[in-house]
Amino acid sequence: MQNQNFHEEIHAYPTAKLSVEHVYKEFTNSSGEHVRALEDVSLNINEGEFVCLVGPSGCGKSTLLNIIAGLEKPDSGMALLDGVPITGPGRDRMMMFQEHALFPWLDVIGNVMFGLKQKPNLTDKERLEVAKYYLFLVKMDRFAHANIHELSGGMKQRVALARSLAPNPKILLMDEPFSALDAMTRERLYGDIQDVWDKRRKTIVFVTHNVREAVCLGSRVVLFSPHPGRVRREFPIDLPRPRNINDHDLADMSSLITSELKGYQAAESD
Amino acid sequence: MKRVLVSITFFVIIILIWAALTGDLAFLGLDQSLWSPYIMPPPSRVAAYLWDNTVNGKLIVSMGVTLRRLLIGYVIGLVIGVPLGMLAARFRCVQDTLGHLALSFQALPSVCWVPLACIWFGQTEAALLFVVIMGTMWSVLLSTENGIRNVPPIYARAASTMGSSPLHTLVFVTMPASAPFIVSGMKQGWAFAWRSLMAAEIYVAVVSGFGIGQHLHYGRELQRMDQVIGVMFIIILVGLLADKLLFSPVESWLHRRWGTGKD
Ligand SMILES: Nc1ncnc2c1ncn2[C@@H]1O[C@H](COP(=O)(O)OP(=O)(O)OP(=O)(O)O)[C@@H](O)[C@H]1O
Ligand SMILES: [Mg+2]
Repeated sequence: MQNQNFHEEIHAYPTAKLSVEHVYKEFTNSSGEHVRALEDVSLNINEGEFVCLVGPSGCGKSTLLNIIAGLEKPDSGMALLDGVPITGPGRDRMMMFQEHALFPWLDVIGNVMFGLKQKPNLTDKERLEVAKYYLFLVKMDRFAHANIHELSGGMKQRVALARSLAPNPKILLMDEPFSALDAMTRERLYGDIQDVWDKRRKTIVFVTHNVREAVCLGSRVVLFSPHPGRVRREFPIDLPRPRNINDHDLADMSSLITSELKGYQAAESD
Repeated sequence: MKRVLVSITFFVIIILIWAALTGDLAFLGLDQSLWSPYIMPPPSRVAAYLWDNTVNGKLIVSMGVTLRRLLIGYVIGLVIGVPLGMLAARFRCVQDTLGHLALSFQALPSVCWVPLACIWFGQTEAALLFVVIMGTMWSVLLSTENGIRNVPPIYARAASTMGSSPLHTLVFVTMPASAPFIVSGMKQGWAFAWRSLMAAEIYVAVVSGFGIGQHLHYGRELQRMDQVIGVMFIIILVGLLADKLLFSPVESWLHRRWGTGKD
């Protein structure tokens, strides 16, 4: 017999609409120069959409994600969650980083429990059940009591995914989460993340350098160009799911986007 | 196993050489003692001193007196040093003031505090505690600061997206993340506390209790080198035991969990 609260928690699918309105952000680097990381960036993301942000290094993708997460404030403009301005970090928006950022002093399940522990209206026993459910979802249930340093890079990112999913956020923000992994591990994760998106129906904003990755995962790909960071073009991706990264149509779509992207970089170096 | 044997053999050989040179092995014909017992007593005399004074309780009572001073001083040193170290890591102005003060005082061997302590507190327990605290807190402060400064900022960012308040982050993220540094600072602080207490006990004769270091002092006054060397053994033993029983288990747990070190 499982608990009522546990079921309610697992069968709740909160999601939200995200809009970014005329966001500007400038940094002053260590040599005193002003870097325009984002200039007049506007973006609308619907409930349950899987949006991939792609662009060359330095075009402000991480900065935009940090602003949505509430870890950074825009100089002007704003980001809104269901129409409410974002002023700081919150459990409704979870962030997954390039480096796993798991806590080495906790075991796997302890990491997944970290955010859950701060979620009210659940008993510790229910939290444990919830944590186990998410570990199962990312296929890491057998490693619940492993130490973090004993896991491979791919396993760490799975645990980090479970940790981000566990508080049941409306939005999942992912900043190049797979870029440090080898190709084989990545391919398996592409399948799994699509599966998770399907099962948990989250709004996902996914940042990557890799155009193929973006086309494989996203229902929409947003192209950024650097100096200053701007949204250049958007590509809806209508390929059937689940998608395989080696698929022919997918490859065609990515080469189209890649040539567009190369155009910005060529213009940049002139 | 082999390394343990090598180590034990090494120490047995040293004691045998000592015994041979001081006339303890006379039954083997090695009856030429190189030094008079007033300069270098044979191991048998040192052992006899340790045995007699353990049986009659003198050393045990002194050990109690000394360990009490050590613990009180050490704990006070930690209670002051750890929070100040956290402040120094957090606020630049604390780092530039207290942090630099700590750096200077840490360069000062704690025995140098003894003359001041005697003038300020007289021949009292307070003088001894003061020296121990000075020996402990600066090094604990510096290692805490260093530990917290070394916590990857991404941990705090991850925690804050999961809903941690700044206080929650400090207690449940920053502290455990810097635990390996803080524990090694505590270990170093303990070593400093022990050294400074011995220095203080040798110099400061306090009527409120006769500590281990004071036995060493009187051993010299009475020209009892068996006592001096016996007490030196005890001091070494206490230092080693604290390391093996108190800190080693904690450190090896940290290494296993964090995946640092070799095991
Ligand atoms: N804290 C900061 N201080 C100074 N400059 C910064 C800071 N954060 C970002 N920048 C600058 O802002 C620009 C955008 O940075 P951002 O990290 O958002 O780029 P990115 O698109 O994520 O790049 P990458 O693909 O390499 O991760 C860069 O030129 C970077 O140097
Ligand atoms: Mg980035």
